[in-house]
Amino acid sequence: MTRKHRRLLVLVACLVGLGGATALTLTALNDNMVFFVAPSDLASKPPRPGRSFRIGGLVEPGSLSQIRQDGKPVMKFRVTDGKASVSVFYAGVLPDLFREGQGVVVLGMLRPDGEIAASEVLAKHDETYMPPEVADALKKAGQWAPPPKPAADFRPAAAIPAKPG
Amino acid sequence: MKSSPTIAPRPGHILHRFANPGRFLRLASVVQPWLTGVTLVLVVIGLGWGLFIAPEDRFQHDAMRIIYVHVPAAWLASAGYFGLALCSALSLVWRHKLADLAAAEISPVGAAITTLALASGSIWGKPMWGAWWVWDARLTSVLVLFFLYLGHIALVRAFDDPERGQRAGAILALVGVVNLPIIKFSVDWWNTLHQPASITLTGASMDKGILWPLLISMLGFSLGFAALVMARLRAAVMEWRIRSLLLARTREHR
Repeated sequence: MTRKHRRLLVLVACLVGLGGATALTLTALNDNMVFFVAPSDLASKPPRPGRSFRIGGLVEPGSLSQIRQDGKPVMKFRVTDGKASVSVFYAGVLPDLFREGQGVVVLGMLRPDGEIAASEVLAKHDETYMPPEVADALKKAGQWAPPPKPAADFRPAAAIPAKPG
Repeated sequence: MKSSPTIAPRPGHILHRFANPGRFLRLASVVQPWLTGVTLVLVVIGLGWGLFIAPEDRFQHDAMRIIYVHVPAAWLASAGYFGLALCSALSLVWRHKLADLAAAEISPVGAAITTLALASGSIWGKPMWGAWWVWDARLTSVLVLFFLYLGHIALVRAFDDPERGQRAGAILALVGVVNLPIIKFSVDWWNTLHQPASITLTGASMDKGILWPLLISMLGFSLGFAALVMARLRAAVMEWRIRSLLLARTREHR
């Protein structure tokens, strides 16, 4: 019995040590683990010029328009996280799920004028699944809350430690 | 302290009773047809309801129906690994032969279901997100899980002495268990493209008409996973017995 207990003890100790090491590593790497940054991060942590980065947020309702640049059609919209927003230009086909008020992740480069030239636009789906009839009924009943929790959806509170300065 | 010879029931006692390979074979031959039958019924109901009858999503339309395969597969990728880690702990600490054999039989099934989760997610991702694959925390951690399964499959079978392979595989499986909370909470801890969980302990952000077939499908897939592992484990126990018999006979004749 004692040998079994010793083995169990060693196993638990190893798992606790391993778990602690993993937790510390992940905490240290937290800043590098983000798939995208929020528009309000751009001012405090500006990306290096000439480097591609991803920005995530909701497509600002009413901001989507098509313009022409050098004779080619270009989609223009603004991405917001509730605190700040930034303009994005994208010459390409938007994904099916792309909608105003919905989540989006944009890969692109910051131009000198503070706007983003996108090379890839990904739609982000949220965790709600609802048939169209139910959505219509909710809208009719006036219980419709279109963009749910824009900031919280993209900035999980526990994830990014607030750094002063 | 010396352990005194007591007959009082010990904590490991009940485990030993169920870990007896002979008892397992007798029990499994009764349970197997029922498990397989209920699996087939539930999977047919869950998938039939989900794919043909359940309402579509307001934004994703019919593309969202892949959740009836993707969510059960992704759930089982993690749950199966938890089972693998449990068997590994039993085999390392209590040295159960059945746990050794079970661990070796779980990992191929787990690798297959993880492949299904990754592939179905990818097929959904292209039309919905606009990309087959992104290196966000959820997708990457599930890919790591897939490699852990592959590593376990290879390691268990890499030694001439099966016991050494099982020992090494058990250690690998237990080291990999830190990946499970990472997979689960990746969508909460970091910015990911993958959406957070729809079904939580407090409720579901899903319409009931979508949720019910999904739950039935998840139950069906889970029982199917158990049925597959049980069938493989029965074969493994018999194979192990035959090998021991042959070994004993060759020793006799020498």
